[in-house]
Amino acid sequence: MARMKFISDAERCIECNGCVTACKNEHEIPWGVNRRRVVTIDDGIPGERSISVACMHCSDAPCIAVCPVDTIYKTTEGIVLHDKDLCIGCGYCFYACPFGAPQFPQDGAFGLRGKMDKCTFCAGGPEADGSEAEFKKYGRNRISEGKLPACAEMCSTKALLGGDGDVIADIYRNRVVFRGKGSEVWGWGTAYGKPEKQQPQQQPAAQGAKS
Amino acid sequence: MTAAALVPLGLVAGCGEKPVTVYKAGKYQGKADSQPWDNERFKGDRNAWEKAIKDRSVAQNEYARVAHSK
Repeated sequence: MARMKFISDAERCIECNGCVTACKNEHEIPWGVNRRRVVTIDDGIPGERSISVACMHCSDAPCIAVCPVDTIYKTTEGIVLHDKDLCIGCGYCFYACPFGAPQFPQDGAFGLRGKMDKCTFCAGGPEADGSEAEFKKYGRNRISEGKLPACAEMCSTKALLGGDGDVIADIYRNRVVFRGKGSEVWGWGTAYGKPEKQQPQQQPAAQGAKS
Repeated sequence: MTAAALVPLGLVAGCGEKPVTVYKAGKYQGKADSQPWDNERFKGDRNAWEKAIKDRSVAQNEYARVAHSK
């Protein structure tokens, strides 16, 4: 098994926030914590682009390097997970992460930070798979059920792809080759097919002269 | 006389650099995690788990699921 990755296709994302909702619902994420969010550039201006961002499960994850209590690890599938029992909520991982993935619930007064929470690629954490403790700390473990992350599977336009990096890279590559680039990506012809390339329809034989 | 004595000292002044500390990544200190195929559903069958994941991954490609022409 290769590495588990996400790809977000900026040409397809319609900023519906379905991935965000799917994530929050699947793992019962508390208010104020966003494991996934949709970022829009040039919002409201023609040509705006959106992408869905969460932990990208880096191959060489900087959060692992900076964690002072060494509580972040990488699974054999390349998923970056952490043990909440060890986390001290220092926030170093947040500063190291280029995607702003680590989240810290405000647990008490004076801005007290709780233990770090982040996207688990729906793979839970270092508790028994599917256990109550795992769900409470890390959310649902869909990977151990042979399923992909809820955000990717719920994406209505399939802008967000998740899974084996090689497989989803092939899907994205084929998609880009098929749809073309620039203005070819948009428009009636792309959405409904180009008339000049449709198969000619067979006309039924004439049944006598029209009256 | 004094200046002549200081020149060799100035030449060797650069040899006193402190050793650079090379960062060494830590080792994971938390609980061990089980493999995703070690459970009731897959019963340790890694190939079955990989096939399930791959089937779902490939199913994300709507071009493979829906007939299209261009």
